[in-house]
Amino acid sequence: MTGKRLREILGFSLLKISIGIVGLILIIILYDIVSKGAGKISWEFLSSMPKKGMTEGGILPAIVGTVLVTIITAILAVPLGMGCAIYLNEYARDSKITRLIRMSIRNLSGVPSIVYGLFGVVLFVQSMHLGTSILSAGLTLGLMTLPWTITASEEALKSVPDSYREGALALGATKWQAIKTNVLPYAIPGMLTGTILGLARAAGETAPILFTGAAFYLPFLPRSLFSQFMALPYHLYIMSTQHHAITKVRPIAYGTAFVLIALVFTMNLFAIILRYRLRKRKME
Amino acid sequence: MMLKKYKEKIIHGVFFFNGLLVVIVLLGIFALLVFTSIPAFKEISLRQFLFSASWNPTSYVKSSYGIVSMLVSTLMVTLGALLISIPLGIGTAAYLSDVASPRVREIAKPIIEILAGIPSVVIGFLGIVLVGPLIAKIFGLHNGLNAVNGSVLLAVMALPTIVSLSEDALKSVPKSYSQASLALGATHWQTLIRVKIPAAISGIIVASMLGMGRAIGETMTVLMATGCAPAMPRNFLDSVRTMTSTIAIELGEVPYNTAHYYALFGIGLVLFIITFIVNMSSDIILHKYERKAK
Repeated sequence: MTGKRLREILGFSLLKISIGIVGLILIIILYDIVSKGAGKISWEFLSSMPKKGMTEGGILPAIVGTVLVTIITAILAVPLGMGCAIYLNEYARDSKITRLIRMSIRNLSGVPSIVYGLFGVVLFVQSMHLGTSILSAGLTLGLMTLPWTITASEEALKSVPDSYREGALALGATKWQAIKTNVLPYAIPGMLTGTILGLARAAGETAPILFTGAAFYLPFLPRSLFSQFMALPYHLYIMSTQHHAITKVRPIAYGTAFVLIALVFTMNLFAIILRYRLRKRKME
Repeated sequence: MMLKKYKEKIIHGVFFFNGLLVVIVLLGIFALLVFTSIPAFKEISLRQFLFSASWNPTSYVKSSYGIVSMLVSTLMVTLGALLISIPLGIGTAAYLSDVASPRVREIAKPIIEILAGIPSVVIGFLGIVLVGPLIAKIFGLHNGLNAVNGSVLLAVMALPTIVSLSEDALKSVPKSYSQASLALGATHWQTLIRVKIPAAISGIIVASMLGMGRAIGETMTVLMATGCAPAMPRNFLDSVRTMTSTIAIELGEVPYNTAHYYALFGIGLVLFIITFIVNMSSDIILHKYERKAK
C-alpha cells in the first residue's frame, strides 16, 4: 500500500514539474525581453525614423507598416471568415461538400506559413501585378488567417441557442432575416474576439511577408498600399541576424521585440476583455 | 413574395460560395506549387532532387539540387522538439485535467495562451541571445546555433498545441471510467496512467501530430537559431538548414523564373505534402476515435 502511495506522490510531482517548466519558460521569455527591452522604449524610439544604417533612431516605419498590413489582413480575413462560418453553421447540411470544406479548413491551418509566402509571391506579387507591397503582404497574411477566423466565428455562432432562430422563423421571418436579427447580434462580439486573436497572430508573422513586401531599411513612411514597408517582426529578424553590426544594435533589437510583444499582447488583452464582458452580459 | 424568395436564394448562394472559397484556396495553393515547380524538372532530374544530399544551386561548375540534407535536418530538429515537448506537454495536460485546483487552472490557461501568442521571430531571437550561448557553454562549442537549439525552440512553439489538445482529450474521457477504477481501489495515479491516458490516447496522438506539423513548417525560429549550414548534419550539435529556412534564405536572392527559383517551389511542394499527410492522418485517427466513442 505504501509503495502504491509513494508512486502516486512521485508521479504527481513529475506532473507538477512539467507544468512548472512550462511556466518557467514563459517567465524566462518575458523577463528577458522586458528587462532588456523596456529600457529602450522612449517616445523618440517609437516616433522617429531609423538613422545611420539603422544603428540609431527609432522604429516608427516598422510600427506603421505592421499596423497597415494588419488592417489589410483584417479586410480580407474578417468578412470572408465570418461568411464561411455563417454558411457552415447556419446553412450547410452534413453533406460531402460540407465535409470537404471542413477538411480544407483544418488543412489550411496546418499549411506552413512560408508556403503561404510562396503562394503570395506567385499570386499577388506576380500574377496580379501588385508587386512587393503592403497589399500583397496583407492579402497573403489574410489567407493565412482565414482558417482561424472561421473556426473562431463558428464557435461564436454555435453558442447562440437554436430557440433564437426558431423564434424568428416561427414569426414568419426568412432564414436570412432570422440570422440577421436573432443570431448575428448575439454572435458578433464572440466572432470579433476570436478574430482579433487571429489578427494578433498574423501581426507577429514574418515568413509570409519575407518576399511579398517587407523591406530591409526604408527611412520614411509608406506612401501608398503599393509601396514596400518595414514591419516589426521582419525588423527584429534583420536586426538580430542580418545587420552588419549585430552586437551594436542589440538594444534596438530588444526594443523592437518588446514593442512587438506589447502590440500582440494588447490585441490579446483587448480580445480577452471583450470575451469577459460578453460572458458577464450573458450571465445577467 | 417571389422577390423575397429570390433574395433568400441569392444570399444562400453567396454564403455557399464563400464556404467553397476555402476549398478553392487549398486547391489553389497546391496547384500553384505544382505548376511553379514543374519547370524545375526540365533541368533537374527528379531523382537528383529527391535523393541527392548536395544542394548547391549557385555553383560555377555544376549546380546541384538535392533536398536530402534539408529533409534530414527538418526531421532531426522536429524529432528533437517532440522528444522535449510531448512528455512535457502530456505531463502538463495531465496535471491540468486531473490534479490542478480550479484556481491553478484559471492561472494556467492564460499562460498557455500567452505562450501560443508569442511571435515565432521573438522565440528565434531568444534562441540567438539566450539558448545559443547556454548551449555553447554546456557543450563547449564556438557557438550554440545548431540542431539542439532549433529543437528547444520548436518544442516551445509546439507545446501550447500539445498541451491544450491533450487536455481536451483527457477531459473528454467519461467520468464513469475513472470512478470505476477508483472504486476498485486504484490510486488516482494508477487511474490516470492505466485508465485515462489509454482512453484518451488517440486524442493525445492527434495533439502530438499537430504539434509535429507545426514544428515541420515553422520557419523563423529555425532560420535564426540553427546556423543554417547547407550540409548533411552528422549529429545534434551540427548546424543544420531545414527546408523552410532554405526557402527563406534563397527566395529573396534568386531571380524570378530560373531553375533555382522553381526548385525552391519544389521544396515548398514537398513541405506542403508532408504537412498535408500529417494533418490528414490526424484527421483520420480523430474520426475513427469519434465513431468508436459513439
